[in-house]
Amino acid sequence: MIKTPQELKYTASHEWIRQEADGSLTVGITDFAQEALGDIVFIEFPQVGRVAEAGEAVAVVESVKAASDIYAPVAGEIVAVNDSLRDAWEGLNQDAFAAWLFRMKPANAGELAGLLDAAAYAASAEASK
Amino acid sequence: MLEKTILNDIHREAGAKLVDFGGWEMPLHYGSQIEEHHAVRRAAGMFDVSHMRAVDVVGADANAFLRRALANDVAKLEAPGRALYSCMLNAHGGIVDDLIVYFLGAGAYRLVVNAGTADKDLAWLARLATEQGLGVEIVPRTDVAMIAVQGPEARERTWRAFAGMQAATEGLRPFTAAFFRDWFVARTGYTGEDGFEVVLPAPFAPNAWHSLARAGVRPCGLGARDTLRLEAGMSLYGQDMDETTSPLESGLAWTVDRKSDRDFVGRAALDASHPARALRGLLLLDQGVLRAHQKVATAHGEGEITSGTFSPTLSRSVALARLPAAVQPGDRVTVEIRGKPLAAAVVPHPFVRQGRSLVDSHLNAARPS
Repeated sequence: MIKTPQELKYTASHEWIRQEADGSLTVGITDFAQEALGDIVFIEFPQVGRVAEAGEAVAVVESVKAASDIYAPVAGEIVAVNDSLRDAWEGLNQDAFAAWLFRMKPANAGELAGLLDAAAYAASAEASK
Repeated sequence: MLEKTILNDIHREAGAKLVDFGGWEMPLHYGSQIEEHHAVRRAAGMFDVSHMRAVDVVGADANAFLRRALANDVAKLEAPGRALYSCMLNAHGGIVDDLIVYFLGAGAYRLVVNAGTADKDLAWLARLATEQGLGVEIVPRTDVAMIAVQGPEARERTWRAFAGMQAATEGLRPFTAAFFRDWFVARTGYTGEDGFEVVLPAPFAPNAWHSLARAGVRPCGLGARDTLRLEAGMSLYGQDMDETTSPLESGLAWTVDRKSDRDFVGRAALDASHPARALRGLLLLDQGVLRAHQKVATAHGEGEITSGTFSPTLSRSVALARLPAAVQPGDRVTVEIRGKPLAAAVVPHPFVRQGRSLVDSHLNAARPS
């Protein structure tokens, strides 16, 4: 059974997105993704202030197995990265939905409508198994 | 269709993540590769290595045959139970496979070869025996399973698991083996820790696995096996060496015995060669993870990483890399990762032995004072 909290939005590339009260987006990778990657040993965060297109690779998660790109779910500016994960990378394996990677200010709030809901993501992830 | 070892069901029931490894369905990990790695460095872990192939070489000419077939010299195996690591070379000095050879007794040796190369090796050995007209029988032992128990507590816990085994094996020095009933127990391994590799009749393996688990030996997958061997500076066939590289370019000159005028396959090519490349250890000083095939820029030209990983013991990335031979331990190099040049130190390998870092001085030297 794939864990997919109802209140979050998702991408087919296994990012989760939470819309904050101030309109910013918190982005992480899903439990399904951390499970597939294995033990995570390093994350290359984007520069705060970087402006990215939707679907642009902005971070890299390195696991014992491989390096994986993490994509900006929508266009916007990176406004924060989760420094508390530095040298405690296993936090991402322990609770992928708590261990966020970065926050973005979306260029266009309307783009959120294009993201997957929990049920659609679960179906998409199940199919990718 | 993947091949399966006799322990496949046990791995599946234990929740192992199973992957294709050289045509075999093998456990990558049982939950956390890093915890399995630490279990071997700190206590004891076990690996199903039944995908590797035991091959017995038997007959009046077995010694002469292996002195021709192997780059290391089995004449060193003076007493039954002694073991030797060797490469088997082609005529160009390239590595057909690397293996361990055990002396079982007059006219009898056991080779343990890699899974992915086993069929090729058997064909190679058979052809060589025919060419030489030597009286040897080459017997693949597909009737056995192999379990490697590794770690500082590995021997104690193995003895606890199997009544009577201690008396039969406690006198074993590293790189020797003995029979315990019809089990073949060798004090060898691929982790840089003490321990045993146990070759036993396949039907006994499931019970043996459970007994070891009850004695406190943690099941470990091939993921941990790879990070352990890399920390221990041990090469992996197909990755750090293959038929296009010689042992002299693979950090394995010490396994090539040219003390006598023995004419082993590949010798003429090695004698005529001037290796321009050498396998060296790299320690990443910046943050990131070294991976196979990344390019290495050195003062003497470009090289390439052959195996790279995150070292759980050092909490840093290490690698083996084939570099221009002039590059020496202590030199600084750069590895380009995603367009960024990262600093690495060339260091002697092994990086870790028996739970201890051997590269601390290089790390300390790298810190700004």
